[in-house]
Amino acid sequence: MTLYFLCLVLFCVGLYGVLRKRNLVKIIIGLGIIEYSMNLFFVLLGYRFHGRAPIDAQGQDILNMVDPLPQALVLTSIVIGLAVTALLISIAIKIYEKYGTFDITKIKRLKG
Amino acid sequence: MNITSIIPLFVIIPLFSAFFISLIGKFVKRGIVGGISAAACFLLLILSLCGLAALRSAAGGVLVYKVGGWVPPFGICMVLDGLSAFMLVTVNLIAFFVCIYSLSYMEKYTDKPKFFTLFFLMLTGMNGLIATGDLFNLYVFLEIASIASYALVAFGTEAEELEASFKYAIMGSIASSFIFIGIAFLYSYTSTLNMADMAGILSAKPDTWVISFVTVLFLMGFGLKAALVPFHAWLPDAHPAAPASISAMLSGVLIKALGVYAMIRILFNVIGMTSAYLTTLMFLGALSMLVAVILALSQWDLKRLLAYHSISQIGYVILGIGLGTPLGILGGLFHLFNHSVFKSLLFLNSGAIDYSADTRDLKEMSGLKEKMPVTAATNLVASMSIAGIPPFNGFFSKLIIIFACIQKGHMGYALAAVIGSILTLASFMKVQKYAFLGELKEKYKDIKEVPFFMKFAMVGLAVICIVGGLLLLPPLKFFLSDAVNVLLEGRNYAHIVLEAASK
Amino acid sequence: MIDNPNTGMSLIVKTITRLTVGLILLFGIYIVLHGHLSPGGGFAGGVIIALSFIHLMLAFGKEAVASKISTRLASNLESIGALMFLGIALMGFFGGSFFLNILNKGLPFNLFSAGTIPLSNIAISLKVGIGLLAIFLALVILENVKKEK
Repeated sequence: MTLYFLCLVLFCVGLYGVLRKRNLVKIIIGLGIIEYSMNLFFVLLGYRFHGRAPIDAQGQDILNMVDPLPQALVLTSIVIGLAVTALLISIAIKIYEKYGTFDITKIKRLKG
Repeated sequence: MNITSIIPLFVIIPLFSAFFISLIGKFVKRGIVGGISAAACFLLLILSLCGLAALRSAAGGVLVYKVGGWVPPFGICMVLDGLSAFMLVTVNLIAFFVCIYSLSYMEKYTDKPKFFTLFFLMLTGMNGLIATGDLFNLYVFLEIASIASYALVAFGTEAEELEASFKYAIMGSIASSFIFIGIAFLYSYTSTLNMADMAGILSAKPDTWVISFVTVLFLMGFGLKAALVPFHAWLPDAHPAAPASISAMLSGVLIKALGVYAMIRILFNVIGMTSAYLTTLMFLGALSMLVAVILALSQWDLKRLLAYHSISQIGYVILGIGLGTPLGILGGLFHLFNHSVFKSLLFLNSGAIDYSADTRDLKEMSGLKEKMPVTAATNLVASMSIAGIPPFNGFFSKLIIIFACIQKGHMGYALAAVIGSILTLASFMKVQKYAFLGELKEKYKDIKEVPFFMKFAMVGLAVICIVGGLLLLPPLKFFLSDAVNVLLEGRNYAHIVLEAASK
Repeated sequence: MIDNPNTGMSLIVKTITRLTVGLILLFGIYIVLHGHLSPGGGFAGGVIIALSFIHLMLAFGKEAVASKISTRLASNLESIGALMFLGIALMGFFGGSFFLNILNKGLPFNLFSAGTIPLSNIAISLKVGIGLLAIFLALVILENVKKEK
C-alpha cells in the first residue's frame, strides 16, 4: 500500500516541476517525471502474492506468475513518452533561437 | 474474405501512404505526391460510405472484425456500429476536402512531403480511434493523433507558432496521462481491457467510489482534448498558429474525434450514465457556450475569433448530448456533423484571405468582395450557417437542441443557448463587415482569386452546408438515428458486440 | 581524424570505447533476435543498437558518425522499417485475418519458432534504432547551425 502512495508523491513532485519552474527544460523534466510515475503505478498493479517474473522457460512450473499484461502496455507507454520528450526538446531548442531565452515569463507574445 | 475485412483498411491506407510519401518524396516530381495523397483520401471516403451501406444490411446492426483471428476478450476487435460509421464518414469527408485544399495552399510553406506524412499519421490516429473496440488500443491511437498534431501546429517554425505548440504539447501530455491513470484503474477493477467485456462486468458489479473517480479523471482528460471550459486554454493559441488547412482539421475533426467521441463512447457504453454525470455534462456545455462567445466579441485576429467560436459550438454539442433524451442526442450529433462542415469552411476561407492578402487582422482588411468573389460567397454561407439562419444546416441542429431543452423542462439552458446564438450572429456580422464589405484599400488593388483546388474545396463544403438540412428527411434519417440508438442502449453494447464476435 | 586530441573526449574514453562499442552492438542484436524467448524484443533492442552509435558519436566527436550517415539516409531507412512491419502484418491477409501468424510455428523454446514474431521484432528494432539515431543527429546539426550564427 505504501508503494502506491509513493507513486502519488512522485506524481506530485513532477506536477510541482511543471507548474512552478520558470525554465523550459525544467518543465520538460517535470513532464517526464509525471509519465514515469504513471508507468510505475501501472506495473505495480500487476503484482500477485509470492509471484515471480512471467517468463516461460523449459522445465519450470507455470505457477505464481505476476500479471504480464501491464508490462506489455507499459513498454508502449514508455516509447510514447520518449517521442513526446524528443519533440518537446526540439521545439525548446528552436524557441531559444527565436526568442533568445529559456525563461517562460519572457516568452509571452500570444495574449488575449 | 467477407465484408468485415474493410474495417482494418481505415488504418492500413493512411499508415501506408504516410511512410510511402516520406520515402519517395524527394525523388519524384512535385505533382505525384499531391496525386497520391488525393487518391488515398478519396479511397478512404468511398470506403467509409461503403461501410455505412454494409452496416444497413448486417444482422444485429454491428460489424466486428477480430484482428489476428483471436476471439475477444483475448484479442483486440474492431467494431463498426452506428456511431462509428457516422464519425468515420464525418472525419473522412473533411479530410478529403482539406487534402485537396492543401495541394495549392502548402506552396507557401516549405517541405510538402513531410506535411503530408504528418497529415496522414494524424488521420491514421483518428480513424483507428473511431474504429477500435479495445480500451488501450484507443489510448495508443489517441497518442498517435496527438503527437502528429503537436508537430503540425509548429509547422511554420515562426516564433509564435513554436510557443503555441509548446503550450499545447505540455497540456495535451498531462491530459493523456490522466486518461492513462483512468485506464489503469479500470483494468485493475475489471481485469479486462476489451470495451464490450468491461461493460458486461461493470453492470454485474456494484458501484463503488472507483467508478466515480475514474469518471472524473476521464472528464478531465477528454475534456481537455475536446476544449471544454475550464480546460480550453490551449485552443486560442494553438489553432490560429497552425497553417490554415491544419486549423480546419484540428478544429473541425480532431477535437471531436479525440474529445467528444471517446468521452461519450466510454461514458455511455462502458461505465453507464447516471443523472449526476448528465447534469455535469450539461453544466460544462452551457458554461463553454457562454464564456467562449463573450470572449470572442473582443477579438480582432480573424483566426483567433474562429477558435473561440469553436469552443462555444462544442459547448452546444455537449449540452445536446448531456440531455440524455433521444431528441437531445439527435440534436447534439447533428450539430457535431454540421459544425465540422461549416467551421472547416470558415478556416479555409481565412486561409484563402491569408494566401492572397497576407494578413489576418480584421482592422487591416476591407472590401475584399470585389477581388475574391468565391471566398466572399462561401464565407457568407458559412456565417449564416453558424449563426443559425434558415434554411442552412446550422439552423436545424440548434433548433432541435433548444426544443429538447424545453421538452425536458430546463428553461435556463434553453435561454443560454438562444443568447449564445444571438452573440454568435453579432460576431459574424462583424467579420462580414470588416473583411468583405466596404471600400477596397490601396494596397490590395492587385490581389487575385485563389487557385482552382482551393476554390473546389471551399465550394464543395458550401454545397454540403446548403443541403445539410436534408439529412433529417426520412429516407436519409438512418445516418443519425443509428448513432443515437447506439448511445441510448447503454451497456447492452456488450451483449450485441460479443454475440456478433462469436459468430 | 580519429586520434585528433581536439575533438571528442579524453584518450582513456576513446580507448575504452574502441574496445566495447562492438560488444554493445552485438548485445543489442542478441536482445532483438531472442525477443520471443527472453525479455526484450524490438523496442529495447533497437534502443541499445542506437546507443552504440551514439556512444561512438559522444566519444569521438560528431564527425565520426555524421559524415557516414546523413539525415536523409536515416529518414529513408526509418520509412523502410515501418513499411516492412506493415508488410508483415498484411501477409496475414492471405491466411484470413489481419496480423495473423502464418509462418511455421516450430517447437517452443527454439530460436526459429513462433511464426512472424521474430520478423516483427527485427522491423521494429530497425525503425526505433534508426529513429533515435536520427533524432540525435538532427539535434547535433541544429546545435552546429546555432553556433555558426
